[in-house]
Amino acid sequence: MTVSVGVVTFPGSLDDRDALRAIAAAGAEPISLWHKDPSLHGVDAVVLPGGFSYGDYLRCGAIARFSPVMDLIIAGARDGLPVLGICNGFQVLCEAHLLPGALTRNVDLHFQCVDQVLAIENTETAWTNGYAHGSRVVIPIKNGEGCFVASASTLDELEAQGRVVARYSGRTPNGSMRDIAGITNERGNVVGLMPHPEHAIDPLTGPSSDGLTFFTSIVKALIAA
Amino acid sequence: MTIDSVSHAVSTPDVVLPFAALGLKDDEYARIVEILGRRPTLCELAMYSVMWSEHCSYKSSKRHLKQFAERIPVQTKDILLVGMGENAGVVDVGEGFAVTFKAESHNHPSYVEPYQGAATGVGGIVRDILTMGARPVAVMDSLRFGPADAAGTLRVLPGVVAGIGGYGNCLGLPNIGGEIVFDPSYLGNPLVNALAVGVMRTDGIKLATAPGPGNKVVLFGARTGGDGIGGASVLASATFEAEGQRKRPSVQVGDPFAEKVLIECCLEIFAADLVAGIQDLGAAGLSCATSELASAGTGGMRIVLDTVPLRDPTLAPEEILMSESQERMCAVVEPSKIPAFMEICAKWDVTATVIGEVTDGDRLDIYWRDELVVSVPPRTVAHEGPVYDRPLSRPADLDELRADDPVLLPRPHSGAELLSTLLTLVASPNLADKSWVTNQYDRYVMGNTTLAMPDDAGVIRVGDSTNLGLALALDGNGRYTRLDPYFGAQLALCEAYRNVAASGAVPLAITDCLNFGSPEDPEVMWQFTEAIRGIADGCVALGIPVTGGNVSFYNQTGSTPINPTPVIGVLGVISDVRRRRSIAFAADDEQLFLLGATRDEFGGSEWAHVVHGHLGGHPPIVDFDAEIALAGLLHEATDVVSAAHDLSDGGLAQALVESCLRGGRGARITLPPDLEPFVALFSESAARAVVAVPADRVGQLVSLAAARGVPLLALGTTGGETLDIAGQFAVDLAALRTAATGTFAALFG
Repeated sequence: MTVSVGVVTFPGSLDDRDALRAIAAAGAEPISLWHKDPSLHGVDAVVLPGGFSYGDYLRCGAIARFSPVMDLIIAGARDGLPVLGICNGFQVLCEAHLLPGALTRNVDLHFQCVDQVLAIENTETAWTNGYAHGSRVVIPIKNGEGCFVASASTLDELEAQGRVVARYSGRTPNGSMRDIAGITNERGNVVGLMPHPEHAIDPLTGPSSDGLTFFTSIVKALIAA
Repeated sequence: MTIDSVSHAVSTPDVVLPFAALGLKDDEYARIVEILGRRPTLCELAMYSVMWSEHCSYKSSKRHLKQFAERIPVQTKDILLVGMGENAGVVDVGEGFAVTFKAESHNHPSYVEPYQGAATGVGGIVRDILTMGARPVAVMDSLRFGPADAAGTLRVLPGVVAGIGGYGNCLGLPNIGGEIVFDPSYLGNPLVNALAVGVMRTDGIKLATAPGPGNKVVLFGARTGGDGIGGASVLASATFEAEGQRKRPSVQVGDPFAEKVLIECCLEIFAADLVAGIQDLGAAGLSCATSELASAGTGGMRIVLDTVPLRDPTLAPEEILMSESQERMCAVVEPSKIPAFMEICAKWDVTATVIGEVTDGDRLDIYWRDELVVSVPPRTVAHEGPVYDRPLSRPADLDELRADDPVLLPRPHSGAELLSTLLTLVASPNLADKSWVTNQYDRYVMGNTTLAMPDDAGVIRVGDSTNLGLALALDGNGRYTRLDPYFGAQLALCEAYRNVAASGAVPLAITDCLNFGSPEDPEVMWQFTEAIRGIADGCVALGIPVTGGNVSFYNQTGSTPINPTPVIGVLGVISDVRRRRSIAFAADDEQLFLLGATRDEFGGSEWAHVVHGHLGGHPPIVDFDAEIALAGLLHEATDVVSAAHDLSDGGLAQALVESCLRGGRGARITLPPDLEPFVALFSESAARAVVAVPADRVGQLVSLAAARGVPLLALGTTGGETLDIAGQFAVDLAALRTAATGTFAALFG
């Protein structure tokens, strides 16, 4: 059985090709989706890639969230469609209220591109089932607005429900509350992640191949489903 | 309001125009009057003044730059698909791929407004690459500032870095390397040189030409605004306007999102083969694009300026012609292809407007409110500007400077002194770890980066379908060039060449960015001509062509010029990126060797600069045969050598520190008995590299080096947590790391 995973290209998306490459490397069929698409072309899961959709104008992700394709993705996600938002995609998911909280300017006010150690804390989601709980992985982070913020009660709830998918290990590069690098929704089908697993699928072009498991996880989840 | 039309100009011959305020000399203005047979209109004056500026016309450098085109090494003629004179040169890199690359300066805007100046520098060079038909795939930058702790540097550097990052990151182009140098000579005139590289199929090259009468001229991308006009304010306040002086910002404002969309839009248009010619709008805006397209085409063009989409409807026609608003392109399109062209632009929400057409005449005619405001032979604007043979004079202080040899400076002798010197140098701003800067640049986007800073060269895979790779290095040394512009320029060339070779690639071609003081200063002009001659001779000796580049004059504070700073970018090709080589000592118990000969050479060295604030003597000796032999060996030894690092600023000691820190492991070194330890550690002799070799391959390296005649010296082995120089000192990597990484954080935090 072949599963297909769509990657949305918004105007200003940058890591869309990289996400498509990672999906192919994981053995799924990558499908390019255009932000004005009136249909999801039957994909089994969706990745919202990194970049600067609409130049990050207004607020990161605030305009992309209103793209026509997002109506379908929001509806699909509520019905269980697996969605992974990477970096700008995470910001879009927060703006779309599929995930709680928001991503704000890094505490040092600088864009940061570093090889980051993460601890994977939730291995139940559609996108992380291939990891061992607590495993340490090295995945690049590259953003200017990656500081995750939410109310104390939201943070408590995320932790109590095990919805923190990954935390920064060692140094937290952007000031994220409780070192949060990624979270999931209650159902576990929608994951937002600030680091870029699609840039850690091959040691030739990234710091490791640790990120590939996000993409093999979804293939496994879809085949099992 | 009177429109200064051609007929108005004819009927008012005695009106005096403010040509001097626009930078035109008396004789230049007289020549314009002679060409036109009347006084120019305000719009024509605007066009001639910007197109005949030093920046656009190369009037002081043209006669010297010709050497690059005239002296293309014969063995490289086949690979040079497009040479100098187009927006960027194009070389054939094999497997059907062509590569275009170019460096350009944005020094003055970056001083005035650091963020936007640097950002639009990146934007401009990327559009040059795009204009050739290529997908831009990476950027690099070469930056120079005053002393690191000077207030002027603290004002400029953070903005420049943020601007380069802000623009390049948002375009989705990996930044794969470059350099940052501090020297007092740049305090009032920092240098911001940006390089971009693009990839296309060899049959996909586009040129800036407007062939075919009847073809449409399409302006697309951002709307035209009042930014980057500067000098045109003089016109608006001049003769015919009663509404008072309008101030326009001289620095352009960038919108990287608009450029990202424009890139994707253009690439789709190229893929559908919809343009007959294309030109980006950079310096001199529409004046440049229309006159260059017409000049290189069949000759005639008619433009209706009223059709240009504006951000500010109050812009005067001469302002529209001069505006340097960013993120704009101008294409020549056959009428039958206009619908398809417009459809792609609509898909990307890119504004596109037919603003005129190619004619069978020989004039560029521009209309505004139904009046003819420009009617000029386009070649006289674009290609037949003034050419100067400026006077040259060897700098009066040069002999004194060279006589002040650093051999007279006190040197460290004991192990403790050598260690103290090492720690001082490692922490000095020019040699310190630059990750505070480079972490602000995305090096991963596009997924093809296989090597990036702080490695010797940036190496990218050409595409997913191949293992073919490109290596790029960008180097310059203003102190060497101040001491000897001929050899200083060659040393920059050699260093970039060596860096590319160290990464495992074969050097193929170069671009240059030539930063100098005023060409009207005969001593600066002498430095310039010597540097050009040095580069041209060097390229012939190394067998690699100059494909294009940029000249930036008037880099000075008051009348004091910067150190002459030719920055050289070398492009190399690596047939299999999986075999690229880092500087990192990546395994224990590997054997370390020094390749190349070490001499007592400290003229212009980092040691003399940092420890003694000294600049004098002669720069290191240039030996092209040795460089070629070393590069050949580094290429041949791809499967033998596991790490390689070129030796340059700070010498062997700095290279060892960088390779140890990059690999996270130490080294045990024994210095040669016949050299003073200080010289062995800190001399900056060229044509050298340090390499790591697995023990079982040492024999292969020795025989390869012998075959090439490359001097080879066993230095020691990798491993441990210290850099141990036998009989001198041992220092923990942690202490070295603290010294190397603390500087930028403390300065710019």
